[in-house]
Amino acid sequence: MSKEKIARRVARDLRDGDVVNLGIGLPTMVADYVPEGIEITLQSENGILGMGPLAGEGLANKYLINSGGQNVTVLRGASYFDSAFSFAIIRGGHVDMTVLGALQVDEKGNLASHIVPGKMVPGMGGAMDLVTGSKKVVIAMTHTAKDGSPKILKSINLPATAIHAVDEIVTELAVIEVTDDGLVLKEVAEGVSVDEVIAKTEAPLKVADDLKTF
Amino acid sequence: MKIVSIKDAIANIHDGATIMVGGFLACGTPEPIIDALVEKGVKDLTLICNDTATPTTGIGKLVANNQVKKVIATHIGTNPITGQKMNDGTMEVELSPQGTLAERIRSGGAGLGGVLTPTGVGTEVADGKQVINIDGKDYLLEKPLRADFALIGATIADEKGNLYFTATSKNFNTVMATAADVVIAGADLIVPVGDIQPENVAVPAIFVDYLVGGES
Repeated sequence: MSKEKIARRVARDLRDGDVVNLGIGLPTMVADYVPEGIEITLQSENGILGMGPLAGEGLANKYLINSGGQNVTVLRGASYFDSAFSFAIIRGGHVDMTVLGALQVDEKGNLASHIVPGKMVPGMGGAMDLVTGSKKVVIAMTHTAKDGSPKILKSINLPATAIHAVDEIVTELAVIEVTDDGLVLKEVAEGVSVDEVIAKTEAPLKVADDLKTF
Repeated sequence: MKIVSIKDAIANIHDGATIMVGGFLACGTPEPIIDALVEKGVKDLTLICNDTATPTTGIGKLVANNQVKKVIATHIGTNPITGQKMNDGTMEVELSPQGTLAERIRSGGAGLGGVLTPTGVGTEVADGKQVINIDGKDYLLEKPLRADFALIGATIADEKGNLYFTATSKNFNTVMATAADVVIAGADLIVPVGDIQPENVAVPAIFVDYLVGGES
């Protein structure tokens, strides 16, 4: 449920005409909640603009996958290209918004999402380029780790995926904007108090004057 | 360009060779050529590929068969054997951001001395690399990559060696075809010259040394 809530809230940030790259897992769910009247173009870093939903039973084309290796479809007007061109799109600032998960984010917008030394070393894939080149970087994640420890920190202590890269953090509890003056709490989830969000966040939060509920 | 058997195409691939392999999670990887390398048993290979796929697909099969000394890749999370070998020190893994890997290969094939990218500035990727400030912004100097061999997975090849790729199988194949001393292309289908329209050729025949396949 909380994942759906996060995906639904992120989708509200989409603007008509946006080129969007969605990470594997929760971020992919954002595509299910695109608001009515908004048309976006999904980019997949393995070489698609205009990606459609997952391929249904019996419709899989083994040569058509998303960046997570799932068989997908494309929409009318889609295009394919190689990896150098794909990352020209990504690094060159032609992606309006990228949504990805994170292990840690800090008050400067520094991001750790790709490695836990000695434990989880999958590699960065396209994430470093995506967060460096996209116009807007949104982190969609649970507010705290499974053990309850905060993931929104004063300073990340895992290896950085990128520095000063994150624009917005959306969790099941809050929407937080990263500004030059630190983190600003813009919205709290229905039924969640500002105090709870502050308690579960290590980095200091400024509460927006026009705090909203989502 | 010669159309040969897979055995003949890989005859010169030796222990310790550096090989670029096209594909993204094995989509666009020429699997029959990988299978032949597994059978041949060449060892101490350095592989350059987007990822190490799975233990039973793509270059993951070479990793699982203990034929690989070093991998340069962007992501190894889908193949647990790669992680095990990295952790127990039996295989070296160099991780590179995906866009950076593509550009390193492209510059290797395009006669460039490297590329300047903002990706990785301020991270461990920058360790040991030169940071160059251009008009107030920092970039990493990423050096070109080349290989002894490139294994390319095409959908259709013509008898001259022009290559066509369907859907998402272009990925790293196109740049890798420019950046190796010997390029071996595997194609699902081999057609007469002229059957692939010039505008549909993604890798021109001049890049291809050996062509295999056409079984399906």
